[in-house]
Amino acid sequence: MTQDILDNVEFDAEGFMVKASDWTKEIGEAIAEALEVELTDRHWHVIDFARTDFEESGEPPTLRRITKQTDVDMKEIYQLFPDGPAKLAANIAGLKKPTGCI
Amino acid sequence: MKRVVILGAGTGGTMVANKLVHELDEREWEIVIVDRDETHYYQPGLLFIPFGIYSPRDIEKPKRDFIPRGINLILSDIEMIEPEKNRVVLSKDKQTLSYDYLVIATGTHIQPSETDGLMDGGGWRKNIFDFYTPDGAADLAGFLKYWKGGRMVVNVAEMPIKCPVAPLEFLFLADWYFHQKGIRDKVEIVYATPLDGAFTKPRAASILGSMLEKKGINLETNFNIGQVDNKKQAIKSWDDREIPYDLLVTVPTNMGAEVIARSGLGDDLNYVPIDKHTLQSNKYENIWVIGDAGNTPTSKAGSVAHFMLDVLLDNMLRHMEGLEPLAEFDGHANCFIESGFDQGILIDFNYDVEPLPGKYPLPGLGPFSLLKESPANHWGKMMFRWVYWNVLLKGGDMPFESQMTMAGKWQ
Repeated sequence: MTQDILDNVEFDAEGFMVKASDWTKEIGEAIAEALEVELTDRHWHVIDFARTDFEESGEPPTLRRITKQTDVDMKEIYQLFPDGPAKLAANIAGLKKPTGCI
Repeated sequence: MKRVVILGAGTGGTMVANKLVHELDEREWEIVIVDRDETHYYQPGLLFIPFGIYSPRDIEKPKRDFIPRGINLILSDIEMIEPEKNRVVLSKDKQTLSYDYLVIATGTHIQPSETDGLMDGGGWRKNIFDFYTPDGAADLAGFLKYWKGGRMVVNVAEMPIKCPVAPLEFLFLADWYFHQKGIRDKVEIVYATPLDGAFTKPRAASILGSMLEKKGINLETNFNIGQVDNKKQAIKSWDDREIPYDLLVTVPTNMGAEVIARSGLGDDLNYVPIDKHTLQSNKYENIWVIGDAGNTPTSKAGSVAHFMLDVLLDNMLRHMEGLEPLAEFDGHANCFIESGFDQGILIDFNYDVEPLPGKYPLPGLGPFSLLKESPANHWGKMMFRWVYWNVLLKGGDMPFESQMTMAGKWQ
């Protein structure tokens, strides 16, 4: 089921969605499942913020931005999305890889 | 009289002043530049101070020497920018400066207080140093001179940072320095970075990463520092990893000037949101931003400010004529990376094209090897100090195009 959904989605070499506008909640759930992240309301809180913020700025939010603009703090975000929260959240939210600039 | 106010007389502001003075009719326009500090530092030189190659005196000159005749330089802090009123309030005598056009060139600065225990744990400037300030770099030189060895951890707190290759250059030079001193076998070097590799861009990250490996430098990736434990002498990440240190060299969180935040002009890191191609403020059409002060997703570096210069000037002058700005800035950056043992690497890239290997054509001097060590790249780097003071700051012609070219690059 999950694989069926993902088969029709275009990903880049690093596994990030190529077109953020193709994203749906179902695709988000499927990506999370593939990455072994069990989504709770708190996860969705971050993902929804990332989506809205991306629509305004064109960039996936940084860790600093997520923790300043939502009520999720550093400790919690690492529990929600271990191994690189900004990247993982962007990945599930169907956004491009956060660059952290260069 | 109409007035252009430039905030900041660093690399970007000084270049704008020098170019603008030739473009505007002095009977119609007054140009004012404001800075809080009277000394101009050649910032690429900071890197060499910890290793005794330069002393602070080698990289400083009075700002006044680089501000052209006819421009008023005011030494003062800036209290507030009031874009709705088209004016700036200075700290000195609470002077108010109204403007027709504002150029923001207030740069980016380290904020060690953003990390728990970095500045306030007792180790700051004892066995914890930065090399992004003249004081920090000089104190680190004093420490290294008599150091007998141990575990040196270089940590980048958070991206983006000014000159993203500087931590790598620091590592390469440290490896060389400890070799020269005959104590390389007594020093363990660790590089802890929040990135998932040695650099942000894949091709360069893999080449630079393998150079770290060859030099015996350990790379700890995805390390987001949460705290410095001064007693235990260890840095801790948010995901509970711990790296012990004897010497901690930190590249702290970088942020734009506080006046940007106070004036409500900045993003989460006090950078001014601008159009990344025209360099005009997203919100105020008479505000333009050069260099590190803006939020353009490219390197924060002098070379970038230089490549922005002509685009910014053209666009501002077009705006004065009632024309639309042209979207011309492509994120072009290039830098010589000092790699130790009198070798260097050159990288050249923009918003869309990552650093690629090949040859960089440069009339009269080049070609320089791209993404590959060579002695010529080291000379290029060392020669650049002269070019900076004598050509670049004064707005002279440089043999580089503002826009990146694919000539010589291998895809």
